[in-house]
Amino acid sequence: MLISVRVNGHVYQRDVPEDRTLLRFLREDLGLIGTKEGCGAGECGSCTVFLDGRTVNGCMVLAVEADGASVETIEGEAKDGVLSPIQAALDRNHAVQCGYCTGGMVLSVRELLQNNPRPTVEQIKEGIEGNFCRCTGYQQIIEAVLEVSGQLTPGAKGELKHV
Amino acid sequence: MSDQASPSGTTQIGRSPPRLDSVGKLTGQALFTSDLVMTGMLHAQVKKSPHARARILSIDTSRAEALPGVHAVLTGKELQYRLGLYVVDKDILAKEVVRHYGEAVAAVAADTVEIARRAVELIEVKYEVLTPVLDQRKALEPDAPRVHPDLASYDYVKAVFSPQPGTNIPNLTRLRKGDVEKGFAEAEWIVEREYTNPSVQHVPLETHVAIVEWKAGDEVTIWTSAQSPFTVRALFCYTFKLPLNKVRVVVPNVGGGFGGKAGIHLEPLLACLSRKAGGRPVKFQASREEEFSLLPCRSALTYRIKTGVRADGKIVAQQMTMYWDAGAYADYAVNVTRASGYSAAGPYEIPNAWIDAYTIYTNKPYGTAYRGFGHVEFFWGLERHMELVAHAIGMDPLEFRKKNLLRPGSVTLTGEEITEHSGDPRKCLEAVAKAIGYGKLTPEEEARQQRTGRKIGKGLATLHKAPAMPSFTSTAAVVKMNSDGSVVVNTALTEIGQGSTTAVAQIAAERLRFPLEKVKVVVEKDTDKDPYDWQTVASKGIILTGRATELACEDLLRQAYQVAAQVLRAQPEDLDHDGEKVFIRHHPKASVSFAAMAVGFAYPDGNAIGGPLVGVGRYTAQGLSNLDKETGLGLPALDWTFGAQGVVVEVDPGTGEYTLLKVASAFDVGRIIHEGIVRGQCVGGMIQGLGTAICEGYIYDEQGHLLN
Repeated sequence: MLISVRVNGHVYQRDVPEDRTLLRFLREDLGLIGTKEGCGAGECGSCTVFLDGRTVNGCMVLAVEADGASVETIEGEAKDGVLSPIQAALDRNHAVQCGYCTGGMVLSVRELLQNNPRPTVEQIKEGIEGNFCRCTGYQQIIEAVLEVSGQLTPGAKGELKHV
Repeated sequence: MSDQASPSGTTQIGRSPPRLDSVGKLTGQALFTSDLVMTGMLHAQVKKSPHARARILSIDTSRAEALPGVHAVLTGKELQYRLGLYVVDKDILAKEVVRHYGEAVAAVAADTVEIARRAVELIEVKYEVLTPVLDQRKALEPDAPRVHPDLASYDYVKAVFSPQPGTNIPNLTRLRKGDVEKGFAEAEWIVEREYTNPSVQHVPLETHVAIVEWKAGDEVTIWTSAQSPFTVRALFCYTFKLPLNKVRVVVPNVGGGFGGKAGIHLEPLLACLSRKAGGRPVKFQASREEEFSLLPCRSALTYRIKTGVRADGKIVAQQMTMYWDAGAYADYAVNVTRASGYSAAGPYEIPNAWIDAYTIYTNKPYGTAYRGFGHVEFFWGLERHMELVAHAIGMDPLEFRKKNLLRPGSVTLTGEEITEHSGDPRKCLEAVAKAIGYGKLTPEEEARQQRTGRKIGKGLATLHKAPAMPSFTSTAAVVKMNSDGSVVVNTALTEIGQGSTTAVAQIAAERLRFPLEKVKVVVEKDTDKDPYDWQTVASKGIILTGRATELACEDLLRQAYQVAAQVLRAQPEDLDHDGEKVFIRHHPKASVSFAAMAVGFAYPDGNAIGGPLVGVGRYTAQGLSNLDKETGLGLPALDWTFGAQGVVVEVDPGTGEYTLLKVASAFDVGRIIHEGIVRGQCVGGMIQGLGTAICEGYIYDEQGHLLN
């Protein structure tokens, strides 16, 4: 089926099989490999992308469902090679280890902060609960979100003061 | 964190700059093996056993071979090779019998994943289902089925391991210290208990993935999500009897390892598929389900401990028996057993000790390395045991532990003397005791108990760990200077998320006295281009590679000083340098820049001296020895890491439900290179450890089918 999808602002027209997932469409048809497959079952969140303004698991959506839609992936987060505030906060707080979950994590944090600019620790945990990270134990990710939402002084260590 | 002051005298060490590998990972641009696509690449799928133990009566691949788009179909019959890390016991595809649920029995390479999947469905395997041996204790019984009837004929690393022919035991590690019977006779209490923990899965976010190309003339290239490229190469060449310079192993970013990617796994099968498909590259990435049963897990353990203790709380004797469930293949499990053998008593001084640690074959997915292997599994039992011993003799568990902890002058199980430089378990224990307010409840906690009706308890545990590695483990680093004075560092220590890229760069920058921006550490590893490193395992990375990097930097500086001495008409001893140039200490304006010397210094008339500045550093583990097979005596530990954990737990007395209110960890890690990364390792390890302690574990039915 011929589909037309806007991805990170560019319109792509591709003929795709009906059973092709959005994840594979992005990775294999468009070469956008920043979106990762961790489980293929909608559990781990490594394939998180925005579809018409809300996050979805790319492995649970068919490419044909994105026909006419707007998709944003991790490749669209940094602008002109400069990290977005969320990315920069994760970097400053050393919240990246193996990096396989990171792209999906960034996008879930973006959605969280769009809906709630000053989330509590509990709300942050809820916001990223669909994104598994096996390396970090989440602590530095939570600190990065607190920092980028103005609730933790950049450079301050460890203690989560405001809650 | 990045602006924190560094320890005196250093400019890089102890700071927390942004990781060198973070921008690529944050932007989605970092390449992992799963992202790689090769020209002409085929896709593999695997036919797996639905049984834990069965005889293969027949495999019909004809319909799969006839499917358009299929390029190669393989069964075990045509693969006359055997694989193994320490005990060579594994066929690339099962032959005659299958030994665990999920084991590979046939494989296909095709144009697309879909065709490969369809082809695998078309392969018909007829089995005679046999009764599996699933319990490692039952596997020791004389009439238990033998998982490997041919164990006696298998090759193995003879200096280190002791398979027991005619049994299900691929290794038995023994240790005898002092006189355990005499010790028990002196004891006023004897406490004996048994502790069991199940297999668990590493769950790296990136499942195992590899692409292999086996071209004419035996030119093999392997791109793989492996932790240890040189080990993949060595084992691959051993299996296929190829010279090492025929096989190239490339490792880009790895999406989590935790030990599960330490050995050799998918590479030989994909190589055989590639060869059969005319040398086209073949890719396979395990599904999440395959990650649990086709690929290995952490071995389960049953640990029996008998402790003799005096009235004053001093342990006088301890008998320890470990029953490790290796699953169907020995892989790392034999070395896990060895490590657990020499570490079995934890960071305690035990004057009389007796250890038998068995690795036992069963019909289950096999065990491999897992974060802290040979230690973390048995501490689960050991520290519960220490708690029970303390209670039995009416002593506070913290005081009981402190009384028995290793201290300078103590002798370990293998005869190593602890010095003041070995680390301090006592300080770690005291730190976590303080952090959780051990021994009493705060007024807030008292009030919380009143309010909720739930009880709050506090507990702690100690730990120690030494790298489990060969006595002769070695590594090397190469530091190459560019013509602008920046450097590129090559080592084969892989970046699996642990942050070694950044730490090595900090060490190089420190030793060179260069700003960090001038140092690049190459993330992608390549056995054709990088100097040798044994493996990226065992918490040995920065100890060995860090030291090799220092020596490589010194080598490079020595070369630069020699050129500068000629240019400046001085002796090398009279020279000093900063991040830009070498100068005469007494006349700092007399200088020559690194950039001018980096690829050879040219005089104004065009005449040149020197040449490209390339520093090489090597480091071999020092002073280690094999362990005596009867007594266990020897020096296995390059270094000990000591630590402690403390928890505050709230329990519902009615239901037993509990909530973890606080966890505190303390480790004596030596000098911290990068605080942010060390903290990330500690917290990440804490959460992963809590997962295995609280809820993770393999569940099988009575036929050995994995249920979760």
